[in-house]
Order: sequence, then C-alpha cells, then structure tokens
Amino acid sequence: MPAHDVLIIGAGLAGQRAALAAAEAGSSVGIVSKVHPVRSHSVAAAGGINAAINVADDWKSHAYDTVKGSDFLGDQDAIEIMCSEAPREVMHLEHIGVTFHRNDDGELDLRAFGGASMKRTAYVADITGQAILHVLYEQLMKHHEQVDRYEEWFVTSLLKDDGGRCCGVIARDVRSGRMEVLKAKNVILASGGAGQVYSPTTNALIVTGDGIAQAYRAGAPLMDMEMVQYHPTTLVENGLLITEGARGEGAVLLNSEGERFMEKYAPNKMELASRDVVSRAEQTEILEGRGVGANKDGIYLDITMVPRKRTLEALREIVNIGKDFAGVDITREPIMIRPGQHYIMGGVKTDVNGATSVEGLYAAGEVACVSVHGGNRLGANSLLDTLIFGRRAGEHAAARAASMAMPQVSDAQLHDDVAMIDEIIARPHTGRRVSAIKRELGETMNQYVAVYRDEEGLQTAQGVVARLQEEAKSAYIDDKGTVFNQDVLGAIELGYMLDCAEAIVLAAIERKESRGAQFRTDFPERNDEDWLKHIDISLNGDGPGIGYSPVTFTQWRPEERKY
Amino acid sequence: MAETHKPPEKFTLRMRRYDPESGQAPYWDEHTIELEPHRSVLEGILQAKAEFDGSIGIRCSCRAAICGSCGVRINGEPGLACHTHLDHARASAKDGAIEVEPMGNMPVIKDMIVDMDAVHWKKVQRVTPWLINEGPQPEREHIVSRESMVDITQTMACIQCGACVSDCLAMEVDPGFIGPAALAKAYRFVGDPRDEEQRERLLDLSEDPQGLYDCTHCFKCVEACPKDVNPMGQIMRLRRIAGNDQHIVDRNNGERHEQAFVTLVKDSGLLHEAELLPRSYGGNSWFGKFHPAAGKELLSSLPVAIRGVMKRKMSIKIALFGHKIPKQDLDAVKKIYAKIESKPERYELNLYVSGEDEEEAA
Repeated sequence: MPAHDVLIIGAGLAGQRAALAAAEAGSSVGIVSKVHPVRSHSVAAAGGINAAINVADDWKSHAYDTVKGSDFLGDQDAIEIMCSEAPREVMHLEHIGVTFHRNDDGELDLRAFGGASMKRTAYVADITGQAILHVLYEQLMKHHEQVDRYEEWFVTSLLKDDGGRCCGVIARDVRSGRMEVLKAKNVILASGGAGQVYSPTTNALIVTGDGIAQAYRAGAPLMDMEMVQYHPTTLVENGLLITEGARGEGAVLLNSEGERFMEKYAPNKMELASRDVVSRAEQTEILEGRGVGANKDGIYLDITMVPRKRTLEALREIVNIGKDFAGVDITREPIMIRPGQHYIMGGVKTDVNGATSVEGLYAAGEVACVSVHGGNRLGANSLLDTLIFGRRAGEHAAARAASMAMPQVSDAQLHDDVAMIDEIIARPHTGRRVSAIKRELGETMNQYVAVYRDEEGLQTAQGVVARLQEEAKSAYIDDKGTVFNQDVLGAIELGYMLDCAEAIVLAAIERKESRGAQFRTDFPERNDEDWLKHIDISLNGDGPGIGYSPVTFTQWRPEERKY
Repeated sequence: MAETHKPPEKFTLRMRRYDPESGQAPYWDEHTIELEPHRSVLEGILQAKAEFDGSIGIRCSCRAAICGSCGVRINGEPGLACHTHLDHARASAKDGAIEVEPMGNMPVIKDMIVDMDAVHWKKVQRVTPWLINEGPQPEREHIVSRESMVDITQTMACIQCGACVSDCLAMEVDPGFIGPAALAKAYRFVGDPRDEEQRERLLDLSEDPQGLYDCTHCFKCVEACPKDVNPMGQIMRLRRIAGNDQHIVDRNNGERHEQAFVTLVKDSGLLHEAELLPRSYGGNSWFGKFHPAAGKELLSSLPVAIRGVMKRKMSIKIALFGHKIPKQDLDAVKKIYAKIESKPERYELNLYVSGEDEEEAA
C-alpha cells in the first residue's frame, strides 16, 4: 500500500500550499483530490487576498479589522499570525509567478474590500483564486518527484491506529472504482467547506462537507458551526457569486425606491461594511417590501458609474456572469442580487498549526476553524487563511513526520468501506432518491438557518434533518457500475452533508444571542456576558454533544461594532 | 433593467452514452427536461440526472464557467455545458433535440467524461509549465509593467477545460501537436517579464516539429474558447517573439516563411504565390529561387503547380509575374506597413488589454 509522510486530502489552495510546504521540508507527500486539482472550489474565489503590504499600512490594522469583522469571536492569537505573515505570503506568491495586477509604478495594486480600514486587497482581475490555484498547480507539476498526486480519488474514511492516532485514509480511485488504503504518518484535511448543505449556494457542487464530517466521525470537535456566511451579492437567478470586488470598485446597492439604503445601516462604510451587516440590511429591505424584481426578492447592484474600461479589465468575470447567467450587461444596467449562502466560518477545530485534537490529523482552509473568522469572515481573508494555515499545517506535519516511524495499518476498514459502497449500490428503488433528499435539505437550511433565525424555525430544521438522516439510510441510486460511478459518491456525500447540517442547526439553536452571521430574531442582541465563547460540537456516542471553548484575546477587547 | 425571464419550457436532451463495462458500443440516450430557456445545458443534464437517471456521467462543479470541468460538444461544437443556454442550444440543434457528446481528440472514459490526462495535461507538461526564476528573489515584489501582467492574465484566464483541444484540426491530423491550450500556457511564461528563459523556451518550441509551427491557423480554438483566451492568437505571438525578437531560425522554416509572406505582400500588395516557396527556403529575395534548397522545394511542388494551371486556378502569367493591384491600393498597403514599422515597439493588438470598444462619449 502507498505510504507518505504527509497525506493531504483536497487540492485547493490550502491543500496545494500544504503539499508544497511539506515537500520543501523534505517530506514524502501525497495529495488526494476527488476532482482534478484545478477544479477545486478555490478557483471561484474572485476578489483578492488581503495583506498589509502598503508601506502606510500595518498588519495590526488588518488584524483589528479582522477581529471586528469576526464580531470579537475570532481567536486573536491566530488572527495575529495570519495578518502578520500575510505580506510575506503574498510576496512568495508573486515570486512563484502569480500575475498580480500592478499600479503604474509596477508595484502590486491594491483594491478596497468590505470591512477593511484601507485598501489592502491584492488581486488578479476578478480571477484571483483561479490565478493562485493554477500557479500552485504549476509548482506541483514542477515538484512532481516529491509530491504524488492522486487526482480524482475520493476519500471514504480516515484511519486511526490502536493509539487513536490518524494513520491514513481509505480512498476510491474514481476512474477505476478501486478502493485502497493510503497509509500516512500525518493526514491534513484541506477539503473545503460545506456550501452544498444549502440551496441555493455560491459554492460548487463538490463542496459537500466531506472533511468536516470525516473529522467529526473520527472524534475531532467542530467549532463555530452556527456561523454560516451569506454573501450580499449573489445572483437571484441561480445563486452564483458576484464578487465583493464590484463594491470595492465603487458599485452601490439600491432598493425598489432607488435608495442607497446602506446609509441607514452602515453610514460610514456603506456598501463596504462587513458581509453579515450588508446581507442583513438587504434582507431587511426585502422583508419590508422594498425589494426589486417580479417577486420583490432582490436588490439592485449598480456598477454603471465605474468606467467601462476599468470594469472590463478588473471585473471581467462578473461581466461575463451577468451576460451569460442573467442576460444583463452590468456595465450598462444594474443587476439583481440578494444574499446567498457562501462560506462556513466553522469547521474542524484546530490550533494555529492546523493540528486537531486527533493526533496526526490536521486541517486547514475552509474545512478548519482556527478560528480566524469567528462570527463573520471578511472578504479576501479566505484565500489568506487557506495559504497561511495550509503552509503552517504542511510544515508542522512534516516536522512531526521526521521524528516518527511509518505506522502499521490493517485493512479491516478497507473491507468495511467496500461493503458500505456495495450496500448503497444494491439498494432497491423503494426509498427516496439521493437527489431528492439533497434538495429538501438545501431548501430547508436556506429557509430556516439563514440570515435571520429563530428558535421555532431552527427546531423545524432540526426535525427535518433528523428525518432526512433516517431516509438517507435507504436512499437509492441508479448507477451500478465501478468506472466513474458519480452516483454512489453522491450518496456518500449526502451523509457528509447531513452530518454538517446537524452540527450547524444544533449550534445555531444553542447560541442564544446575535453575533456575526448568527442573528436570532428572538435574541436580537449580542450578549458578551454569556456567549463570548465558541460552541464545540463533538460526536458523543451516536449523536452530537455540545461543549465550549474560550475565545483567545491578545490586544483587543470587545466593543460595540459599527460600520 | 434586468430582463424578465420566460417561464419554464420542455427541452429534449440527446446525450452520448458509453459504458466501458458493458462491452457495448456508445449509444444515444434521450431525456426531456423542463427549465427556463436561459438556464444552461448543464442544469438540464443535472435535472435529468437527478430525476431520471443518476448514472449519466459528466464532470461538473462550479456551474459558473470557472472550474473548467464540463467541457463537451453541444450539437457538434465544443464548449462548456454550464455556459450554453438551453434555448441557444436548441436553436442550433438539427432536429430540435440538443445533442451532447464527449469532447474530441481525447479518449472517452464514460459517457461525456474524457481522459484529459492522456492528452491535455500531458501536453501542458510538455511546455515546462512553471515560472523559471531561480536567482535570488527581491525583498518585495518584482517591479513589472501594469500592461505586462494584464497581458499574461489573458492566458492565465484559461480554465483548462479542453474545448480548444477537442476541435484542434492540426491535432486531429498530428496527435503529437503540442496544441492550443498548452501553447497558450507557454505564452503565459514567454510573455512573463519575470521568466528567465524566454529564448530557451522559444527555441524548444520552435525546434519541435510538433511545436510552434505545427498550428495551421484554422481559428477553431479561438471559436471554442469560453474564456476569450484566444489560443491561436497566443501561438502567433509566440511566433512573432521567436522570429522578430529572438531571431530563432526554426527547422520548420516557419520564421523564413513568415518573412517571405510579409515582404511579398509589402512589395506587390497581394501574395505572390510562386515566389513564396523559394523565398521561404532559399532566402527572402528575388535571388532566393536559385538557392539549392529552394530548387528542391520548387521541383517537388511542380505537380501541384501544373495541376493548378490545368484546373485554371492560376495562370502562367500570374505564376511568373505575380498579381497586380491598382496603384492607390498598393499605396494604401504600403502606408499600413509604414505606420506599423514606424512604431518603436511591435504593435500587439490585444483586445483583452485594450477593452472591447472605445469609451462611451461622456
């Protein structure tokens, strides 16, 4: 069986960065991805990456903005690490070839972004994630002798040895259907978020919470799961993302009365307040009858005042999205948007080196919760999170690998997982379709666990999720084959999504206050006295149990949050 | 304001299915789905998958034309399924049913899923696809011009979907051709002022008989690309840098051929076909035809020339003396040359940099 010092699950930005860091530290590295690495969802990150690289800027200002953006739930030691290491990381990306946009002096250009006290977002048009992802993949091709790539391999379980240490994974080669044990001294989860738990979502179809659920099942606690970000500008049509870079370039939000309503909610930062604030403002306008469109469920995003040439150069992708998916030329007319599920701040609880509470298991990127985003992530901090903590996890895992022997692994779990897949394929067509359960889950979450939440709705969602978990046990598929059986993978992903949904709803019910992305209409105030703490969800016997962890403070005490 | 969309309609999807485990040949499979007409072909396929048959195989992920997974052929034309509207696809269908097939030039694994590793990624790896910059790095960023980064961002915008590879005619004839996607990727480094091996890269690609000069200029890749990467344009730019800047004389004779072409049009306003070959091989002047290499080429192309005369595609007079165009037209052609040649730097028309049209009048 293949064996690696460091085995990485997921090949988006966090995974590829971890692989390169571990390889550079001398480890033998394997990187597993259920899709080809450049298809990873990091590719969709549009607007840019934050770093205090302007000589007039200071990483502490970036850190404070991040703390405030998190509604004081972010752990400040981790935030300090992320923001202070950001400039060096961006320069490293530039050195390996990322084509960052320049100013007229040939230096990195910076654009404005939400919740930031100055321009500090480096960018490549509005394809920043794609540009960085493809450049990292160039580096993986360059270092092919140190990094083995398992492209289109799907992980079914994490393996633990008798001492409770993570020692590899079971994975299926999607193309051949062959199942294998991949042995490792360390496993780094970098498999992204869980956006598909919601419908609609800006997230790609592959973003199904795999790593979050795998870690949870392996005994690692999840943290901040109630904190689900709704992005303020997603297409009413189908939930696709319109980058915050649009507002960074000057676009405004208008209600049905043509009013720039952000004046009422965030008089200083206006459209560039943090995402939770802008999304709530939009939702309030819609609920109070000032939405636009036939169903009055949208808001206009108007970018027509930005010079057309600048829009075409710096926001080309959303010009295309407007044209191709909404039939709107955004350089000439406003486009209808609304808040839509975009990001999950919560994830597998880690320390600042990406280590989870399971020895040998790391997590980095959206799958993880360090927590640098707390209650709300700032735009252009997610790319930074993936790269900083991906690198740190890679380095730390490599150091750990250097001082240990390759673990012994039995193939008992392999037989269990083969049997699990055989059982799914053999199910009679008597229950519900996997696709039907997935749809009901997404719609339920989007209805009850969204921008505004209350006890009654959350209880309803909890009931639905519990029923769907039962129904999923007999949910059937059509594909009986072994080659590229996407259907059977969909059934396994459904299980991952349901675990994530269960944790999200439970944490949202537990947090009886409003902070960051969690707004409870029945508890509309932030309550620092009782709730300035993280909620942890861990597997306890057959079901989830609730715990708490303190928030780490360094320099900044909680204060009233205004934009 | 945003247009109001039409209500859902029924669409017939006819998908090419292939199950490698069945031992059966590929076949067509039809499903009728119902969606608003501006929804994508991919959404149609996903509906068919969710409601009728989960075994339909297609790679897909982002739904927004950025991940590059869902490259297919729709009614025979390559593109992304997520980037093609159902009503547009129906309009180009031959009998009302939207036909979706796997891309060409790559082996099919299952249904609409092709083996991109065996072709596309292998070719990408051929062009040394990483920045070569081994010296000590600056403390901060490299200082490079704004335009240079926007310029290579066009090739950086390639999502590696394979649509251009699918219908590359040169690759169909010569499967070893490096091809449009990989050569566009090569431009991303050749055009990058931070890369230290521009000349070595261009020498490598010019010397390879299946490299830079194997492209036949058919424009298929330009039409196929969903991201305006313009692969053929990038190949032509590689050629110009190789020939004009690096003076690379390639074994494919591409650079001399291009020089001969440019000189002939400059001198007579139209191409003088009979002079092109000797000048390409014997040197770019009237005396070129007396060079032994030119003589050999001329001799070998005699049968074609004779056939051309026999079929009245050309006359002996034109073959000997070339075309004549009116003087004012010739002057106009010379003016274009003068204008372009007077520029201190080569003029590269790049719509990606300059934008689609001029600023609107204020």
